[in-house]
Amino acid sequence: MSPAIGILALQGAVDLHARALARLGVDAVEVRRPAQLDTVDALVLPGGESSAISKLLVLNSLFDPLRERLRAGMPAFGTCAGMILLATGVLDGRTDQRSFAAIDIDVRRNAFGRQNDSFETELEVAGVDGPTVHAVFIRAPVVERVGPGVEVLATVDGDRAVACRQGAVIVTSFHPELSDDLRLHELFLAGVAA
Amino acid sequence: MAPQHSDAPRETGTQLVKRGLADMLKGGVIMDVVDPEQARIAEDAGAIAVMALERVPSDIRRDGGVARMSDPEMIEGIKAVTTVPVMAKARIGHFAEAQILQSLGVDYIDESEVLTPADEAHHIDKWAFTTPFVCGATNLGEALRRISEGACMIRSKGEAGTGNVVEAVRHLRSILGDIRRIGTADPAELFDWAKRLQAPLPLVQEIAETGTLPVPMFCAGGIATPADAALVMQLGAQAVFVGSGIFKSSDPSRMARAIVEATANYTDPDILAKVSRGLGEAMPGLEIGSLDTKLAERGW
Repeated sequence: MSPAIGILALQGAVDLHARALARLGVDAVEVRRPAQLDTVDALVLPGGESSAISKLLVLNSLFDPLRERLRAGMPAFGTCAGMILLATGVLDGRTDQRSFAAIDIDVRRNAFGRQNDSFETELEVAGVDGPTVHAVFIRAPVVERVGPGVEVLATVDGDRAVACRQGAVIVTSFHPELSDDLRLHELFLAGVAA
Repeated sequence: MAPQHSDAPRETGTQLVKRGLADMLKGGVIMDVVDPEQARIAEDAGAIAVMALERVPSDIRRDGGVARMSDPEMIEGIKAVTTVPVMAKARIGHFAEAQILQSLGVDYIDESEVLTPADEAHHIDKWAFTTPFVCGATNLGEALRRISEGACMIRSKGEAGTGNVVEAVRHLRSILGDIRRIGTADPAELFDWAKRLQAPLPLVQEIAETGTLPVPMFCAGGIATPADAALVMQLGAQAVFVGSGIFKSSDPSRMARAIVEATANYTDPDILAKVSRGLGEAMPGLEIGSLDTKLAERGW
């Protein structure tokens, strides 16, 4: 049986990740409650507002069970807010904001500025063959510290990391779910299957 | 594997970037706030964005007179205390107010019928801006005209400042009902749909093909309780704006959190029952028939 893929569906661009996965033949499960988490083998954490999602994770009694699953090695793919939630440290976040420390990086929120500074660009991403990835950054975070064992997959401005991988966890500052390029979702699914 | 370096040029203010922020707000609650203290309460409760304005719609309705863009100093004050996106309102057709809001670096501009219109024929040419716009609509034709002018998010108008959800429901049902009907129309009928809606044919054809509006569709105007939020989400709204409903209730902090939880869990009646308990008084409501001014009728 193929592994069950979930999407954390408390807030954010859940529908766009579902559409990207559907194009790859994956019928993803929306996860809002602990019982739904129990049914999935891997989880996508979508873009949205990390502070609001962090709050809803606690209110829905999902924070602790999800942290346990991630500690036990569940594969995860976090984009933008999802990257912030999976990180170890969060800079410029709210003091009550929580994260899972599922990947050993520190991330700065809104590192490129406000919405008027949001941008699209072309990126070389390690592990993704073929032409550059069309990357959309929306009030995006950036990785400010990379721990040992974390692989940097892509950078902008020379040395600012915007995509990382550690084991079965992949994170991006940008939104592959907003473009038609499915290769980062494929990279995640390949890690789930491995 | 060696890390890859990219120095490709960056493009800002594209449709993908502007609509993309609206996509990230889905499933959340955008709250009207009039000062930094309210902004803090809203963000503490889990608001995904705040709308900075000088008076909430129920006060605008009560006070009468001309309602304009807020003082930049007040908007700056709210920006300074929030980490979530900040939106602000410009009058319909008032592109100079919108230029000021873009210069202030707000994250979304609401060309809003809650303020007194500045132009009785023209809306703002929203393509000319880097900052994305949200506009209200009461029906699909209005929504598509706003999108053709460059709006990147549509909100059903409802009737702001009333605490009465009936108009929001009417507008949502009208917009989403017509989208469903267009989905079953044959290609020849789409010309007639475009004519009747007074909307550009390519947008009507796009809806026929995709079955959805080309931009995210949120709901505003009259949402006063967690149940109201769940109702409009189940009808098909992708996020909610709450104006007077929070800070005109007796316990704004609890009401705000309850509406956030209800919006995230809108299909789960057990959670809705739990969060609806003991919230105190919701904002006082108004019968639509008793109104002197219907804000939703502003805009063309």
